[in-house]
Amino acid sequence: MAQFRLPANSRVRRGKDFGGAEGATAARRFQVYRYEPGSGENPSVDTYSIDMDDCGPMVLDVLMKIKDEVDPTLTFRRSCREGICGSCSMNIDGTNALACLKPVEEVKGVVRIYPLPSMPVVKDLVTDLTNFYAQYASIKPWLEARTPPPPDRERLQSKEDQEKINEPSACILCACCSTSCPSYWWNPERYLGPAALLQAWRWIVDSRDESTGERLDALEDPFRLYRCHTILNCTAACPKDLNPGRAIAEIKKLMAERQH
Amino acid sequence: MSLITPLNRVLGLGTGAGATKHWWAQRLTAVALVPLGLWFAASLAELGDYSFAAVSAWMQGPITGSLLVATTLVIVYHSWLGVQVVVEDYIHGTAFKVSVLVLSTFAHALGAIAGVFAILKVAFGAP
Repeated sequence: MAQFRLPANSRVRRGKDFGGAEGATAARRFQVYRYEPGSGENPSVDTYSIDMDDCGPMVLDVLMKIKDEVDPTLTFRRSCREGICGSCSMNIDGTNALACLKPVEEVKGVVRIYPLPSMPVVKDLVTDLTNFYAQYASIKPWLEARTPPPPDRERLQSKEDQEKINEPSACILCACCSTSCPSYWWNPERYLGPAALLQAWRWIVDSRDESTGERLDALEDPFRLYRCHTILNCTAACPKDLNPGRAIAEIKKLMAERQH
Repeated sequence: MSLITPLNRVLGLGTGAGATKHWWAQRLTAVALVPLGLWFAASLAELGDYSFAAVSAWMQGPITGSLLVATTLVIVYHSWLGVQVVVEDYIHGTAFKVSVLVLSTFAHALGAIAGVFAILKVAFGAP
């Protein structure tokens, strides 16, 4: 059966309160999920207070300030700090987001910061994305064509055709969409999830790709594609404002179209 | 412990064919239930008198009887498809899942047969 409660050793306990920001005029409290795999302890939620007058505006700024000045053991992924690398995806105030693009100001009250939902936690806010990346690899995210490219130039594509792949190509594989999807929570082994399906669509709709049929064949499955029940958390969660929900619907339309 | 690669795990047993037909049938039956449901609700409201005699007289009309059989079959078919999806969503472990799906299939088949039989009995049989 699907598990509706966390296993006993995954249940979250109250952690340390680090205090801080005494006498600050713009203090905000942050509750951050902590898990140390080697400790044998359950995960806990630590509390930090940060003076926002002495900190950058985004959640990532706060996490870096905590790591630099309060608690160097806090672990999270980050790189570009401008929403292009997808590393700092996490669950902030109950919604998946990129910490670097999420202003603290948008959250009322205590800011709760957790790892991406339903994923195995490596440490603190770092999740294991092995399965997620394997799902991406499974949709063959590369051009497949039997016609050789012209010897003297790249494969040509009209402006209209190029525009079709513009949006899905902007995906940064941060996993905010897939890990916000209840269908993905229940069946992560067999449902590909919105991110991989958005990329499947990106290659299905690519005018230069000659494997459209094979790509659709690979999705003709009750789990890989059809676990999508149009809940649309994916589209709501996408920090790049992409629309995986629509891409999945478009794939389903092509599936129906080729049968009639 | 297994040393198979993550990609191998994702690719699994390959695709289970026929998924689009299942999805299409779910949509088709849902669409069919809109007019059938409206007709059923409106007809019952219009009927007013719910005594056995009045209802069986209503059911004996050829159009009414046919539409009632259609509504029953479409509801059962739609429910069968829907329950299958819910079971596949939430129940993991092949043996238990398949057992529940088999039971669901039998229950829905029985439901359809009993429903149609009941309609025909009232429509054709003298009370």
